[in-house]
Amino acid sequence: MIKPETLLHPSPAGLYCPPGDFYVDPTRPVDRAVITHGHADHARAGHGVVVATPETLAIMAQRYGADFAGATQPAPYGVPILRDGVQVTLVPAGHVLGSAQAVVAWKGLTMVVSGDYKRARDPTCPPFEPVPCDVFITEATFGLPVFRHPPADQEVARLLRSVAQFPDRSHLVGAYALGKAQRVIALLREAGWDKTIYVHGALEKLNRLYQNHGQELGPLAPATTGTKADFAGAIIIAPPSALQDRWSRRFPDPVGAFASGWMQVRARARQRGVELPLVISDHADWDELTQTVEDLRPGELWITHGREEGLMRWCELNGVKARALAMVGYDDEDAE
Amino acid sequence: MRAFADLLDRLSLTASRNTKLTLVRDYLASTPDPDRGWALAALTGELRFDAAKPTFIRKAVEARMDPLLFRWSYDFVGDLAETVSLVWPARPGANREPTLDEVIEALRGASRSDVQRLIETWLDALEPTGRWALLKLMTGGLRVGVSSRLAKQALADLGGVEIGAIEEVWHAQEPPYPALFAWLQGHGEAPSTTSPGRFRPVMLAQALDEAVDFAKLDPADYACEWKWDGIRVQAVSEQGVTRLYTRTGDDISKTFPDVVRALTFEGAIDGELVVMSQGKVASFSDLQQRLNRKTVDAKLMASYPAGIRAYDLLADGAEDTRHLPFSERRQRLEALIATLASPHIDLSPLQPFDSWAQLADLRADPPPGEAQVAEGVMLKRWDSAYLAGRPKGPWFKWKRDPFLIDAVLIYAQRGHGKRSSFYSDYTFAVWTPDETGQLVLTPVGKAYFGFTDDELKQIDKFVRDNTTERFGPVRSVRAEPDFGMVFEVAFEGLQASPRHKSGLAMRFPRIHRIRWDKPPRDADHLTTLQAMLAAQTPAAS
Repeated sequence: MIKPETLLHPSPAGLYCPPGDFYVDPTRPVDRAVITHGHADHARAGHGVVVATPETLAIMAQRYGADFAGATQPAPYGVPILRDGVQVTLVPAGHVLGSAQAVVAWKGLTMVVSGDYKRARDPTCPPFEPVPCDVFITEATFGLPVFRHPPADQEVARLLRSVAQFPDRSHLVGAYALGKAQRVIALLREAGWDKTIYVHGALEKLNRLYQNHGQELGPLAPATTGTKADFAGAIIIAPPSALQDRWSRRFPDPVGAFASGWMQVRARARQRGVELPLVISDHADWDELTQTVEDLRPGELWITHGREEGLMRWCELNGVKARALAMVGYDDEDAE
Repeated sequence: MRAFADLLDRLSLTASRNTKLTLVRDYLASTPDPDRGWALAALTGELRFDAAKPTFIRKAVEARMDPLLFRWSYDFVGDLAETVSLVWPARPGANREPTLDEVIEALRGASRSDVQRLIETWLDALEPTGRWALLKLMTGGLRVGVSSRLAKQALADLGGVEIGAIEEVWHAQEPPYPALFAWLQGHGEAPSTTSPGRFRPVMLAQALDEAVDFAKLDPADYACEWKWDGIRVQAVSEQGVTRLYTRTGDDISKTFPDVVRALTFEGAIDGELVVMSQGKVASFSDLQQRLNRKTVDAKLMASYPAGIRAYDLLADGAEDTRHLPFSERRQRLEALIATLASPHIDLSPLQPFDSWAQLADLRADPPPGEAQVAEGVMLKRWDSAYLAGRPKGPWFKWKRDPFLIDAVLIYAQRGHGKRSSFYSDYTFAVWTPDETGQLVLTPVGKAYFGFTDDELKQIDKFVRDNTTERFGPVRSVRAEPDFGMVFEVAFEGLQASPRHKSGLAMRFPRIHRIRWDKPPRDADHLTTLQAMLAAQTPAAS
């Protein structure tokens, strides 16, 4: 069989496919890019042609303006695109709206670039779809066995308990603007919270985009009008950086909450002054990472970035051939 | 166990006292007996286990998972209990989660080998927060930022009573406190307040406001004594029960066996715990050698002999004297101390004075000898009864003026809770020559209060506008000879401290005011502090 490196290999600009002449999630401008999802470290402006799901293209247009690339080619989930004999199919990754794995097939060799993914339930995007492959390329943001994300609805229930216990305070939830914020809002609605949720201005456009794609978010209002007292007992969603920002002073004695996989580690919460850590992650935790490798049993596992030594060690103990790509330019979840 | 674990989890990340009180009170209100009683005992430090040593827990986890993955996990998290709680590879088919009561009863009754077997089944049955709480409970010391006093305040809030009422009965109660909860929730009698050796809620003094109070007070109504620089204690000896308590009712008898042995009277004495050598009070830093120790050896007791400087009598024999006027309590105290003739208990002498002016002189310029190490003076109304809490009028404290220096702000750290959007914790520095003789700033202390809310906003803005570097929650701030922020820092004393780069540590530093008028070049030099340390005399006021 042909060597997988012939089909895809790491390069300074990102994973490159020589026979198809394209990059996946390049970190610098290139002629042809396949983009797995809309987070800024994966989806950058300035490429020649961008292939992505229609949702991801909409997110990029929202963030960078309509002329973010020379040309765009929508690739809905499951519809293959063929170029120079290389077939690229985008399938759901379960990370955020529009997020996809890129399934790259050529001359009988199948490689899956998973981008960022998770296996846990998310009401705002279709679930991760395992695709049998020769090489599975994964991230390992949470590649240590300390990362065991509890069910997200359990974390939202903790938030609602705190809101009930401290009715005179506001609850300020830090959540990444794309994906996490809308997931938290959707989970709150599922848990029965039907009051207005106040949002930071930086989230408004993406919230609207999710709503335009059919996601119900319930009543939302900007967190900028009203007096301090109006926000007693309220839930406010804001980007993580706003938690300690002067912006937060408008709210009555806010309980600082932060929805992130990193909140599993108390020292991280303490360091950021978070009073109510909510372990809600859009990345696979340790069990999801290892379960995915078990499910797929790929011929080889390539690890792009994160705590790759942990996952490498697990592969060694479980007889899976693994390789760390040590790629740079991809952030850990919620990096400031 | 789950409710207790959730409580500890929230407490460990909460800085606000009011929030902690709400969390503890709500837990006590919503958790059934006996779990809540055990939780209260754990929070007040009445229950301590060292059932599992860290090495045992490590071995247990390494027997179940790859030691290398465990080590990397531990390196990443940094706390053993937390790491194990997260990585614990539970065996399938685990048992039902244990209740707190089951855990405590088992720990109290079980042998060490039983405990080790139990721990594994518990860890299998619990979720991560529960495991974390269990490991904290078993390895001694919860360290979630709750003092026993705060836990008692929450209990008082639950029952709608004063904390003094809790303190008065506390030491006769045993965990899990069924009678206490029955009383506080209105379906039981108040527990008896007559058990021997019990703690009595202490009477506290108000700070004297010279500008207002002197005009209203008559010097003839007040007794004066030195305000000794130790810790407030209550020494009780009743029917063979001898105990030494802090002012918050924590029992510190084990730390001071030399003092407890000297409690040969019958009654209860209020006084200051100090280090005494040849009948003279030593400095607070000597007392610090004795504080917060679980065990003491003969050498330490010989080097730093502790004693009580007595100033009040709360029980004389079996008689409660708290309702008597101070003048009469004082007479009885003097008579009682005279009979003891112990090097570990003496009398805080009264300082006669005729006028407020004379008192001011005494305070500003104490006579040579041990009065020099006093923090100031105390005023007690001759006719006052001994009342719990801080009543206004009968007792005043009038501390000496603080030491003052001008120091330069060099680092600022974000605060917690309400202050989490403010840079409110400040590290300040003074000038000292480096090895090349060039003047550089060396940190001499940290302070996070003393300023008004408006000043906090101004300092916060200055910090944000003049940040030179960021390290997590800490910012480095511009501090140059002609540009920077100068604080007038007030503090109560200095101690030599080899652990600090500057070689000294401040006691109770706070921001006295912002010197907008002063450029950093005019701030103080380390030599000034070193001279203060040598002399330990207050700055002229």
